[in-house]
Amino acid sequence: MLEGYIPIFIIIFISAAFAFLNINLSSLLGPNRPNKEKLSTYESGMEPIGTAHDRFSIKYYMVAVSFIVFDIEVVFLYPWAVSFLNFPKPEMIYSFVIGLIFIVVLAVGLIYEYKKGVLKWD
Amino acid sequence: MEWKLELILFVLLSVMAVFSAIMMVTRRSPINSAIFLIINFFASAGIYLLLQAQFIAVIQVLVYMGAIMVLVIFVIMLLNLQDESKLSEQFSYKKLTSLLLSVLLFCLLGFSVFFGFSGKFTSISGEAEKLGTAESLGKELVLAYSVPFEIAGLLLLAAVVGAVVLAKKSFD
Repeated sequence: MLEGYIPIFIIIFISAAFAFLNINLSSLLGPNRPNKEKLSTYESGMEPIGTAHDRFSIKYYMVAVSFIVFDIEVVFLYPWAVSFLNFPKPEMIYSFVIGLIFIVVLAVGLIYEYKKGVLKWD
Repeated sequence: MEWKLELILFVLLSVMAVFSAIMMVTRRSPINSAIFLIINFFASAGIYLLLQAQFIAVIQVLVYMGAIMVLVIFVIMLLNLQDESKLSEQFSYKKLTSLLLSVLLFCLLGFSVFFGFSGKFTSISGEAEKLGTAESLGKELVLAYSVPFEIAGLLLLAAVVGAVVLAKKSFD
């Protein structure tokens, strides 16, 4: 029963190996002549100020929250969409209405975000 | 032993899960902890797959490893943890109590799982492979659990509205 997953395992293995090799081969094959200037943080010719651990604007967080909410919406919609075509007619209509209510409820959230200007960047 | 491959995979994945969980708790840098948490989620996704819950396994990768980790990393960034050494506490009675309570909770969970399930549920039922697909889940979701489905939608709406209200000051 696990035999069906072998292609997925091969893809995971190849992508992990590709990423690992690309990162490590370049440092292995390339010349390594470090000096103080090269090892300093690159900041477009400016002197680096502070650390990279800086506070972010809350707007990024709002985008992340919206992403999670609509990601979970997709999680619910995916089984709904897959099972949809195999229903007999009355259950198909019922299923359609149920899914439509779900999408409308979440669309209200999106419209609310839009009206509040959460998605606006200036 | 037809279970050979499954057994090897289970042992590998569970060692990976326990190891990454311990590493996650003991790391000093929050970002390192987050990376070990991702490995932990990946290992549990593999264990779900061994239990024939394909859809749950994919969701584990998609939602937990993808979306939830984005949120965790954003929280780490927003909190501005400049000096992590400031966060470490000295040994105190508070810490001792929490350690004892954690050990107690771990023992309780371990014993109840061991005595409750030991010897039972040793093999996966033949129908499990069909039950774990998105199609059978969707059928149950829409026909048998349509009200919880809509309530989940309302809960997600509440999450959006809550986040907007909490961050409102910056948008006005």
